[in-house]
Amino acid sequence: MIQILIRKFLEVLLFLLFITFVSFLFIRLAPGDPVLTILNVDELSVSQEQVEALREEMGFNEPLLVQYGRWLISFIQLDFGSSYTTGQPVMDVIFRGLPATLELAGGALIVMLAVSIPLGSLSALYRNSWIDQASRILSILGAAVPSFWLGLLFIDLFGVRLNWFPTMGRDGLLTLVLPSLTLGLAISGVYVRLLRSSLLDSLSQEFIRAARGRGLSERRIFFVHAFRHSLPPVITFFGVSLGSLIGGVLVIEVLFAYPGIGKLVVDAIRGRDYPLIQGYILMMAVIVFIVNTCVDLSYRYLNPEMRIKEREVSG
Amino acid sequence: MKGWSLPWPKANKRRWLGAVAWLCVLLVGIVAIYAFFVLRHDPTLTNLDHRLQGGSLQHPLGTDQLGRDVLTRLLLGGQQTIGYSLLALTVSLVIGIPFGLISGFRRGLVDRIFMRIADGFLAFPDTIVAIVLSGLLGAGIGNLVLAIVIVKWVSYARLVRSTVLAESQKDYVLIARTNGLSPGKIMRKHLFPHIAGHVLVLASLDLGKVILLISAFSYIGLGAQPPTPEWGAMLNDARPYFQSKPEFMIYPGLAIVVTVLLTNMLGDYLRDRFDVKKEVQS
Repeated sequence: MIQILIRKFLEVLLFLLFITFVSFLFIRLAPGDPVLTILNVDELSVSQEQVEALREEMGFNEPLLVQYGRWLISFIQLDFGSSYTTGQPVMDVIFRGLPATLELAGGALIVMLAVSIPLGSLSALYRNSWIDQASRILSILGAAVPSFWLGLLFIDLFGVRLNWFPTMGRDGLLTLVLPSLTLGLAISGVYVRLLRSSLLDSLSQEFIRAARGRGLSERRIFFVHAFRHSLPPVITFFGVSLGSLIGGVLVIEVLFAYPGIGKLVVDAIRGRDYPLIQGYILMMAVIVFIVNTCVDLSYRYLNPEMRIKEREVSG
Repeated sequence: MKGWSLPWPKANKRRWLGAVAWLCVLLVGIVAIYAFFVLRHDPTLTNLDHRLQGGSLQHPLGTDQLGRDVLTRLLLGGQQTIGYSLLALTVSLVIGIPFGLISGFRRGLVDRIFMRIADGFLAFPDTIVAIVLSGLLGAGIGNLVLAIVIVKWVSYARLVRSTVLAESQKDYVLIARTNGLSPGKIMRKHLFPHIAGHVLVLASLDLGKVILLISAFSYIGLGAQPPTPEWGAMLNDARPYFQSKPEFMIYPGLAIVVTVLLTNMLGDYLRDRFDVKKEVQS
């Protein structure tokens, strides 16, 4: 297990090294001169001397590899430099936006669970009933409706016409409702169907028959035995689709003018604020690594077979 | 009358579904082409005298905040969104298929290098790579397409590779080899027809996702830039006018939903037809 983790970690590290180098190259080769970007913030005219001085100060006159090496050293020290546009340290900016983003992602996941667990279970229990058909239609629609459009409709309905919830910014729980609802509903369609098919698969297994034979109550069989056995595929899918969740969060943050790191990076991309983009990349790499590790660990917890196999292999 | 049954028995229901989907996709294509040749309004021509008009004979869906014909923009938006999605997928296939073929059939160094790259990409989710790339390359529809290609070709090459690995063990490849066919010819004439179906299915299932990605990125300003009539960008454009003209919000959104719905149906139909459910899912 530890070996796998280390390998995964190394893979992420290697990829990070690659992508930071590429992004570093882009920064230096990109059409927009970062020095001019910094100096042009206030739309004042700049002299050639100012440009040269700043270029020297930022070390742009040295060979590329030296620059990359120096940048890498500060990278290891978690120092990403300062944002071109605001001048604040990148890590500060990111850590200020991160809680908002995690709240939004958490809210969306709660909505997703609240929708997909009951709907998925009922669809599996009452197969081909009206509720199963409804959940099927819902998931087909869910795969086709763009999340930002759903958000726009919600803003129009709940924000503007009914005026129930605020539609912009981040100010307490109320501002979290619409963004979480939008994102949660947008992603839940897949999970409903996945949980349903996984539950159906579990219910046809031998151990369910064995449990019935032992005289356990149907409720216990379903919620403890079948449910537990159905989770790994769902969790796997969560790990695989983490990227689309992060992308979804980004779009929703822009839509609701929600001050998380997604909106931050979109603004950074528009303003060619490369240090900020790099900080974002790193943050995502860390999140992806943590989530994937949790997914791997949860298998061991949910699937006793795996633990036994491992013991046999090592022992 | 015992053996009598309806003209379309139940087993063929999916086939009909597929036919309907094909027809609709064709329809969308025809409409988009029709828009290109027949519609007289310039999609980017602004006319402030005619701004925010309701539906009329001349402007069936009215005009937008700059006096541009909404129907024209909607139809041409379809060209943009679907066209760029198809472009991204086609280029990914053109790169991915040969790479997967060579990697799976020839093995060796190419394969090892490819697997390293593929593992690297696998460690990082698609969407994030797309965000990062469009971040580095700058906002714009061309860069977005490039980002999608860079992400997608790997998944097609992987699929092709794994299919080729399995196919290479079969007798017909062995016979072709013993008959002295060159590896290039075996790949082209024997392996390619076997994998084409699988790849087509995966690509058609991806089409809807790519359309959604492109319109979403255009909505947040990282894809197509105004005044290009792209559906996502149109929604972003019209946002200040939603309260007075809610239909601005409805038309492009519905266009996306219907298009993605149809392409997904098409993908499902192809998957059933080629019967590749397992491989595509795994």
